[in-house]
Amino acid sequence: MATSDELKFHEFDEAADLLAVNPDATTTSISERQSHVAVNVSAGYEEGELGEETDQTELLSGQKKQPSFWTFEYYQTFFDVDTYQVLDRIKGSLLPLPGKNFVRHHLRNNPDLYGPFWICATLAFTLAVSSNVSHALEKRGDPSFHYSPQFHKVTIAGLVTYCYAWLVPLALWGYLQWRKGLSLHVGSYSFLETVCVYGYSLFVYIPTSILWLIPAAWLQWLLLAFAAALSGAVLVLAFWPLLRSDSKLATLATLAAIVSLHVLLAVGCKLYFFQTLPSTIPPLHPLVTAQQPPVLLPHPANTSAPLRQ
Amino acid sequence: MRDLKAVGKKFVHVMYPKKSSALLRDWDLWGPLVLCVSLALMLQGGSADSKEDGGPQFAEVFVIIWFGAVVITLNSKLLGGTISFFQSLCVLGYCVLPLTVAMLVCRLVLLASSGTVSFIVRLVVVMAMFGWSTLASTAFLADSQPPNRKALVVYPIFLFYFVISWMILTFTPQ
Repeated sequence: MATSDELKFHEFDEAADLLAVNPDATTTSISERQSHVAVNVSAGYEEGELGEETDQTELLSGQKKQPSFWTFEYYQTFFDVDTYQVLDRIKGSLLPLPGKNFVRHHLRNNPDLYGPFWICATLAFTLAVSSNVSHALEKRGDPSFHYSPQFHKVTIAGLVTYCYAWLVPLALWGYLQWRKGLSLHVGSYSFLETVCVYGYSLFVYIPTSILWLIPAAWLQWLLLAFAAALSGAVLVLAFWPLLRSDSKLATLATLAAIVSLHVLLAVGCKLYFFQTLPSTIPPLHPLVTAQQPPVLLPHPANTSAPLRQ
Repeated sequence: MRDLKAVGKKFVHVMYPKKSSALLRDWDLWGPLVLCVSLALMLQGGSADSKEDGGPQFAEVFVIIWFGAVVITLNSKLLGGTISFFQSLCVLGYCVLPLTVAMLVCRLVLLASSGTVSFIVRLVVVMAMFGWSTLASTAFLADSQPPNRKALVVYPIFLFYFVISWMILTFTPQ
């Protein structure tokens, strides 16, 4: 009874520490379920020590029973989140504080697929839409410009976002499992937790891609640096405790790889979807230089007519 | 004839969304099919600088609408919704009706002129119809969701109709 009281008052600090020590324990969410757990545990304790074990084992087996892979309920376990939990996780991805590991503090052994999936979908459409709008705003002064929706950008943005958010965690998870096999001190997260961290860390790029509409190149690069730093920090803080006890070289190499892939994604998106201002100036030069030779060459009109085509 | 009447009745229900169970109880997918095909046809003939630089192709519109509706339905079921798969598809499909009307209006406006004024008119019309679609589908679907997950279910619907509205707004004829 004393331990459950302690967990109630100091939930955010001690539970995270307890989870770090014993990663297989599950904590329940604050709402409905905890009241059920409290009632069952107290009933178990009241019945005396003989009944206590059977009640607890029943309770534990009820919590741990996993539906089979082929049932719908199995996939429902990945969407077992409420609105406030998703919002809390998004806030956690925007504010990486040094003490708070995203996986232990925010996910708490309840990773979800809702966040990663819909954040990637939103990011893909936001990139494509603001890329199209910024392209139209840039070329607004050019009389030969004819607006086109550039719908293929949606496909490309979607492919890039989903591939990054699923293949990179897969590779990282595989690498960590391999390192765990080599040296027992390296911890690991489940595949879903890795996907979850990566998915939520991409959230900061959504407002960034909207702000990239402002056509000042220095501001765009500043925003990119800021966003990459924020989401890179979330990732580093999440994976640092796992790698801390590994050899220095391997730790540094892994963290460097995580950060550089993340920055590469941001820079690649910026350059492909939002061309910087200087690139719009060169197209004017070929028109200017093409018009000059007919003036310099002392030829009659019939040679300049093909050039004007 | 009876099916046509049922489809027509559902169209009326979408335009004046009241808490009625006719849409949910007797679902059918004829209405969504007709709306999807007409929207995809009206989105054809857009301008393109190069072969791939244009608006969405017919197949792309079709895939986005149907695949999007399926994904949203799966999402709401995975979050614990009590609505059946085809009922949800039916509601999402029928609520594309205001946006189809917006597409029709946009094409008529573009026949008249294609300057800034027409853009503002089209923007207002599309935004109004987008709001109408989202509100209509939310009115029908929100009740079947667990209470503390309503926003998680409504957001993908918002995104879905936003994408369709974007396709309608950015349509430019040749």
